[in-house]
Amino acid sequence: MSLVRRITNLFSRSRVDREIDAELQSHLDLRIDDNLAAGMTAVEARRDALVRFGNPTATRERVASADVALGLESIWSDVRYSARQLRRSPGFALTAVLTLAFAIGANAVVFGILNGLILRPLNVPQAESLYGSEYGDGAGWQSYPNYVDLRDRNHSFEGLAAFNFAFVAVQTGKDLSVSTGFATSGNYFDVLRIQPYLGRVFHGSDEHGPDSAPYVVLSYSYWHSRFQDDRGVIGRVVRLNQHPFTIIGVAPQGFQGTLLFISPDFFVPIVNQAQLAADFDLNARANNAGIFEVLGHLKPGVTPAQAVADMNSVGAYLQKTYPKESVHKSSTLSRTGLTSFRRPAKGFIAGLMLLSGLILLAACANLGSLFAAHAADHSREVALRLALGSSRRRILQQLFTEAMIISLVGGAAGLLGSAFLLRRLSTWQPFSDAPIHLPVTPDATVYAVAVALAVVSGLLFAIVPVRQVLRANPYEIVKAGSNVRLGRKVTVRDMLLVVQIAICAVLVTSSMVALRGLVRTLHSNLGFDRNTMLVGANLAMAGYSVDRATAMQRRMIDAIETIPGVERAGLVNNYAPLIYGAGTRANVFKDATTELSQSNVAAMPYRYDISPGYFEAAGTSLLAGRSFRWNDDMNAPAVVVVNREFAGKMFGSVTSAVGRYYKLQDGTRVQIVGVVEDGKYLSVTEEQEPAMFLPSLRTPSSAGYIAVRSRRDTQELAGAIRSKVRELDAGLPVDTNTWNSMLSVVMFPSRVATLSLGVLGMMGALLSITGIFGMAAYSVSKRLREFGIRVALGARRMQVLRAALGRAVKLLACGSAVGLIFGVLASRVLAFIVYQATPRDPLVLAGVVLAMAMLGLVATWIPAQRALSVDPMRLLREE
Amino acid sequence: MARNDFQGSLDLLVLKTLSQRGELHGYGIVLHIQRASEELLRVEEGSLYPALHRMEQSKWISSEWTLTETNRRAKYYKLTAAGRKELQDAEESFEQLVKGIRAMLQYA
Repeated sequence: MSLVRRITNLFSRSRVDREIDAELQSHLDLRIDDNLAAGMTAVEARRDALVRFGNPTATRERVASADVALGLESIWSDVRYSARQLRRSPGFALTAVLTLAFAIGANAVVFGILNGLILRPLNVPQAESLYGSEYGDGAGWQSYPNYVDLRDRNHSFEGLAAFNFAFVAVQTGKDLSVSTGFATSGNYFDVLRIQPYLGRVFHGSDEHGPDSAPYVVLSYSYWHSRFQDDRGVIGRVVRLNQHPFTIIGVAPQGFQGTLLFISPDFFVPIVNQAQLAADFDLNARANNAGIFEVLGHLKPGVTPAQAVADMNSVGAYLQKTYPKESVHKSSTLSRTGLTSFRRPAKGFIAGLMLLSGLILLAACANLGSLFAAHAADHSREVALRLALGSSRRRILQQLFTEAMIISLVGGAAGLLGSAFLLRRLSTWQPFSDAPIHLPVTPDATVYAVAVALAVVSGLLFAIVPVRQVLRANPYEIVKAGSNVRLGRKVTVRDMLLVVQIAICAVLVTSSMVALRGLVRTLHSNLGFDRNTMLVGANLAMAGYSVDRATAMQRRMIDAIETIPGVERAGLVNNYAPLIYGAGTRANVFKDATTELSQSNVAAMPYRYDISPGYFEAAGTSLLAGRSFRWNDDMNAPAVVVVNREFAGKMFGSVTSAVGRYYKLQDGTRVQIVGVVEDGKYLSVTEEQEPAMFLPSLRTPSSAGYIAVRSRRDTQELAGAIRSKVRELDAGLPVDTNTWNSMLSVVMFPSRVATLSLGVLGMMGALLSITGIFGMAAYSVSKRLREFGIRVALGARRMQVLRAALGRAVKLLACGSAVGLIFGVLASRVLAFIVYQATPRDPLVLAGVVLAMAMLGLVATWIPAQRALSVDPMRLLREE
Repeated sequence: MARNDFQGSLDLLVLKTLSQRGELHGYGIVLHIQRASEELLRVEEGSLYPALHRMEQSKWISSEWTLTETNRRAKYYKLTAAGRKELQDAEESFEQLVKGIRAMLQYA
């Protein structure tokens, strides 16, 4: 029979059914006619016909299954039958669907993040052969001359492009605002094979030395939002940090640069970056802040391993040729987009996947026991069907159908939820002042994975009741009626519940550990006062040269200090500690060292250039010696303040360090005049690192932050500062924030980690509630009659409760204990992503125990009420 | 090798009945087999109808709703060309089977 007919049969099921019924009925009628003719009474004739015919339902089922549309037909009828079954037990259906929706949703979100950050390459042509090279310090940073050498001397890449960031004040007409750009090598677009959407892009041939290519290529979204899709912008001149640049083109819509987290507003040639970044010397080989990442397509046939060897040989050459400026560890190749975030991001996502996998497992265990209970509830019905000649295969098939319906509905719900969440995440702007976005828009892969997960988990938990059905002896069950005694021995269902609760306890423990870690981080000593106000004043954006900037900074500090309520103000060049995770390390040498090569480096402290008043304004306490004075300038002897870690590491102790000398990379001998407390510099999770502070008067810069210490309300203070600065120069963009609010960027990873662990922990808690509730409710409902008798015989409330819930409570305690142990072990892993996550914390342990107990209480509350409110008289009447 | 399963025997009986009686409904087939076998063979209705539907699927028989002599609606089955061919094959293999079994039983 043709497939078309089978499918039409699906929808004409009732017609086929009717025909079979009619045929069987006509058979019976003919027999009755004959019986009547043979002289039987009407009743006898009918009875005889039915007896001879046998079970009509079974026959019809067999005829139908002999009928053509067998496969599809029976599936369809199973679907309808299962849907009816599920409608009849809405509590079960709802619990199961919700459980699965949560699990699938959590997994789809995590997979969406994985897909967006790790699996999906950048949106550029042939992204699969595009590699970034991490040369030098491992973070990818390197100097521009080194990049040029890498580009020209390697034999592995078709072309090697490079980029860096440019935070720039963009002025179009009267409109002034700060935007983020990529300063890129001239060949950037050509290497990436990107064609412009409008106008043209710049090329390697546009570069003719420093400041030779004042061109801007806008990103599509910036063109859309700032220039309202105006096609006439090509050729227009805009002022970037007061320097004229010509807009030559617009990048295509899908191209958002070569970093996943940061989408630039525009692209400028890196040869012009000196105009944009304060005192930026592109051609200094020792300046490892020149290039953020180099990337390119490997030549056909070149393996990544060969390319690494090639890059290493160039690196070795550079180190040999420029021993003072170049340090070469070893190159690695990586997929572009995440660069140095790749490893932590991978670890974090792996951790998330593990936990969400656990959620799915717990959900499956939960559903398995739910299904087993559901099947047990229907065991009488199943037994009847078996006794009436239904095949076990049919019954199993129908159970599977029920499981599939649940998993598909649950999966769909989970998918919808996760798609919504991912969309929210991808449009989420965690920081108003940093152009960060998460590229996690769900695509077909995410949907496919979620559906596959739903189907697999559906099959997984449908397996649980199979054994029960296969072993079922219909006659026993029918004989025993609905009061089948629950086995006292440990069942699969008990095991599942213990496993599930253990998993949930792991999740709850993890989230508590993470939460405690975050709380500790929030309260840990960072080496400065978080309430300090930071005034971002990038004088380069207003066109100040470095010489003019120093005087202006001094004027600003003095002006701010005249504001009533301000105690102290001081400057730190470039970025203050913990701002944007930006920091500079410097090589230092022992005083006795004469050969200042990389191999003789004594330490690599973080370096900050600060003005007098900075420590006082930041709230960094001085442990010994003095801080800087306004006469610690070019004409005075070179002095330095170091932190406790540096003093201890180089000189043994704080006191012995003061007055001692050491050397900087350029050979300058500096004398330690003071020691300050330790702090955090790049990230809150870092180990204690050495740091040194040099007078900014000796190394002036036009970019920096002024720290302001005040007891005044921050809003008021910010307004006062802005109006003071405007008095000095109205064209200077000034932003004011407390240090604390600017920490959000560096706190972002651990916040996200804590948030996601918290969400997973909540889900674990929810799952254990539904699990325990299901088990307790089931056992109470099964034994209501027994409780009725007990009450009738004079049992006390406590005794009834113990009988009703003892088992559930025991299983809960058992699972929680196992989960707690595993949770403590798992928390070692958490320490990588959550700062100060330690499981050996009495508060956490107590919290977990309390939480699980509370969960147990919540979950058993309703069944307990039901057991206690049992009315023996009514129950007995019902029997 | 002869097919000797019950299904095969039932099919054979049904096909033979239809070849002898032309057109017949299920109840008639049951009666005919019973009478023709001198009450030795009794067809279970529960097995007959699935077999009829299966054979119709295999296009050995075709069916039609018509009225009986007593004016009841019933589904009448009749052999198709493929059914005749199948009957011939089935008869041959049944003869083989009977011969084989008899030979086995008479072996000394």
